[in-house]
Amino acid sequence: MNLKISALEFVQQVQNGNISAEDFVAKTLERIQSIDDKLHAFLFVNEKAIDQARDIDKKIKSGSKVGACFGMPISIKDNMCIKDSKTTCASKMLENFVAPYDATVITKLKEQDAVFVGKVNLDEFAMGLTTEFSAFGSSKNPWNTEYVPGGSSGGSAVSVSAFECVASLGSDTGGSVRNPASFCSVVGYKPTYGLISRYGLISYSNSIEQIGPLTRTVKDTAFMLNIISGLDPNDNTTIDNKNEDYLSGIDSGIEGKKIGIIQEMVGEGTDPTVLSATKDAISKLENLGATCEDVSLDMVKYSVAAYYTIAATEAGSNLARYDNLRYGYDFSVEGYEFNSYIAKARRNFGPEVKRRMIIGGFVPSAGHAGKYFLKAIKVKSKLTREINEAFKKFDLLIAPTVPILPFKIGEKINDPVSLFLIDINTVTANLTGKPSISVPFTISNGLPIGIQLLADSMNDKLLLQAAYALEQTITLQEVPI
Amino acid sequence: MTKIGLEIHCQLTNLKSKLFCSCKANYREFEINENICPICMGLPGSLPRLNQEAVKKATMIAMALNCTTPDKIAFFRKNYFYPDLPKNFQITQLNIYGKTSIGGTGSIIVGDKKIRITRIQLEEDPGRLIYEGSSSKNLITLVDYNRAGTPLVEIVTEPDFENPKQVRDFVNILSDLLENLEVSDPGLDGAMRSDANVSIEGGNKVEIKNIGSFHDLEKAVHFEITRQESLNSRDIQIIQETRHWDDKRKITVSSRSKEEDLDYRYFLEGDIPWIIIDPKTKENLKSNMPESISSKKERYVSKYNIPTQVATVLSSDKFYSDLFEESHTEVTAKEIANIITTDLMGLIDTREKRKESKITATHLKDLADSIQSGKISRNSAKNALYEIVKTGKNLSKVMSELDLGNVSDESELLGIIKAVIFEELKAVEEAKSNPQTINYLVGKVMQKTKGKADPKLTLDLLKKQLK
Ligand SMILES: [Zn+2]
Repeated sequence: MNLKISALEFVQQVQNGNISAEDFVAKTLERIQSIDDKLHAFLFVNEKAIDQARDIDKKIKSGSKVGACFGMPISIKDNMCIKDSKTTCASKMLENFVAPYDATVITKLKEQDAVFVGKVNLDEFAMGLTTEFSAFGSSKNPWNTEYVPGGSSGGSAVSVSAFECVASLGSDTGGSVRNPASFCSVVGYKPTYGLISRYGLISYSNSIEQIGPLTRTVKDTAFMLNIISGLDPNDNTTIDNKNEDYLSGIDSGIEGKKIGIIQEMVGEGTDPTVLSATKDAISKLENLGATCEDVSLDMVKYSVAAYYTIAATEAGSNLARYDNLRYGYDFSVEGYEFNSYIAKARRNFGPEVKRRMIIGGFVPSAGHAGKYFLKAIKVKSKLTREINEAFKKFDLLIAPTVPILPFKIGEKINDPVSLFLIDINTVTANLTGKPSISVPFTISNGLPIGIQLLADSMNDKLLLQAAYALEQTITLQEVPI
Repeated sequence: MTKIGLEIHCQLTNLKSKLFCSCKANYREFEINENICPICMGLPGSLPRLNQEAVKKATMIAMALNCTTPDKIAFFRKNYFYPDLPKNFQITQLNIYGKTSIGGTGSIIVGDKKIRITRIQLEEDPGRLIYEGSSSKNLITLVDYNRAGTPLVEIVTEPDFENPKQVRDFVNILSDLLENLEVSDPGLDGAMRSDANVSIEGGNKVEIKNIGSFHDLEKAVHFEITRQESLNSRDIQIIQETRHWDDKRKITVSSRSKEEDLDYRYFLEGDIPWIIIDPKTKENLKSNMPESISSKKERYVSKYNIPTQVATVLSSDKFYSDLFEESHTEVTAKEIANIITTDLMGLIDTREKRKESKITATHLKDLADSIQSGKISRNSAKNALYEIVKTGKNLSKVMSELDLGNVSDESELLGIIKAVIFEELKAVEEAKSNPQTINYLVGKVMQKTKGKADPKLTLDLLKKQLK
């Protein structure tokens, strides 16, 4: 059986009766069994996946109504709650936390008969861009297992890239979906802020992050978006997309569209290989009838600093609840005074989380907020104004997803600042709430390079049309695993 | 001059659900930790879901206290660690990015004094800590999260009070107002809690926290003024500090905590977008607001000619004014106002008695009708009321069971009158020459019937007999 098919192909083949969901899921689990030792995408697999797939097959056979996923095996980043399943955020702090409820995206996927094959790895609490900060060990890039897969949704990207599932859900706070998508050569999507409910996504920096799909094709992303997007009474920040169908008209092309090349994202510090790939992408888009022009977003140069300041501030608050009183890991509260207990209990946070929480305690504090947090907020609103201005002139913006190629595991782990700077091209979409996609573009010396497109808020459909057009111009080699 | 300012935390006990989830706002009926869900427990991944009804009710409170109401409101996070706080931050409001709190400046008149309101904010109540164990060595802290997330409005006043009596008058008016707005039942345990700032002439400001009831508030303020004055008279400096009210010993105690040094790192709650309260919504709220106490009072006086004092008492208590509104007609209004204020209020003078009381508007209506038509005397009506409150039986049943009806049977009454004439010959002669004195004979008839003779009929029959 061929596992190397897209989500839409899977649906078609199950519908046609060419394959059964049970067989496909069983083969997928076998593959996970045989290759995941090398990749470590999964934190744990769902023991009931095959039974669930069998039940869906029965529904199909009996002719009763079947959801749009037809038993599709999907992996979920382990910072989203699945009822009665462990949800650890790759942290020792939540090692034993079993979620008592489903995230909204999980509810929606269940309704459409998706099968969750397992929970996948991430940097602890989604803080990082390599998965090296996972408390349960780093994932490896399937294109070269000595290399990082990107992060924080590294497990999602690896599992899709290595055919350990058909699609995955990640979360993107500063590039956490797009970065690993670029490093592993899959499609990664960060929607308009509010398009997908965050209910059940464990918050890191709640005002800028979104859940996003990682898939093999742009069409698959549109398919996933159709299922998981839309207004949710459980998340007051969601927006009504009027049940938009992102698949319909996805092949509309980009003739006559104006595309801005973000100068601050193709300058110094961009790897020459990445730069030439970007130029290549631009000429391909021009060949399709788009016009491309330089555009400057001056505030981008402060965006990483602003991003880390805001994200740390919100993280300091969002992660404060992990005091181990109500849930967490095995460590009894008895005999302790409250403050000394939480100080002890919180030692189980990993180094990167501690670093960001300490920053998060400092930058918004009285006497320092003016110099840091409030300035960051100012950068955020200025950057938003700049990009809104740009979208008056351009339909889309383009830049490489990551300015550099994937690097080796361990290469940068002791240099947090250089790691932070890798986010330079992705954080703008988060700070401004704009939708953004990473499309796999080329492989250079065996390492993937992704191209990023951005659109204005609620122009997700246009963005997918452009990404699809670009995707059609390229043929990618197969992952060597 | 003594200056007192208040921060009053008032639970919106009449709402159906908590501020950010669908658990019950009335947590009192639940077993410990039974009124909780992923949201109010702050479980990983949960998000606040704003109770729009709470926003409306809080806006109504702001309007009733003559506060400005902003066009949009925002929520903030107040970050601090405490075991009763499931998220280790509290979602609350403040005015750092412009006036975004649910109520701005306002004022109410207390006696002849204007008390200014600084602001009103809508926020979530934390859980409840329960301490067990005797000595400090084996003290155990237990947490009940049933209360966590209960909608709360915090009403902050300027330091406009000069003495404990003004404080008491203010909280009385405030309780009545909240009850009248149907937002809260101030009598529920823990529904009204307050902090107070107290400073005397030349002294530093002292903050008293955790005063659990309005009743204790006046006491706490009184205690604190006395304490400060006593220090002052001995030339001991009053230090600026936070104290808390010890409700067992009825004194304020220095809270050795460094609460004033805490940095709450306030920032916008991103999970709740700004809420727009447009002029139309405000207008709707205003027009749907229950009639204010002062307007009720004026109406009672001007429309029904009820004495001001009676109208004041009647209008300020929602339980009684509701009974009045439901039972009265133009003709019976004054009678019913009298029954309520002179008899009923004395019968059910505690919260428990009020709860147990079986009186309804129909009872009051029947009583007033019967008094006015002479079927029952005022005196007997009082006895009937006592029985009604206790049993809830209808008036006619009570009257027959207790034999409270007036003697209005002509032949029966005539027999009694004849007996009186026979016994009171001298008075009869006097009445014949001086009709003014006939009342003495009416009184004798009343005596014989234990007050149940129909007074009008008695007079008519007597007059006929004397001719
Ligand atoms: Zn709840």
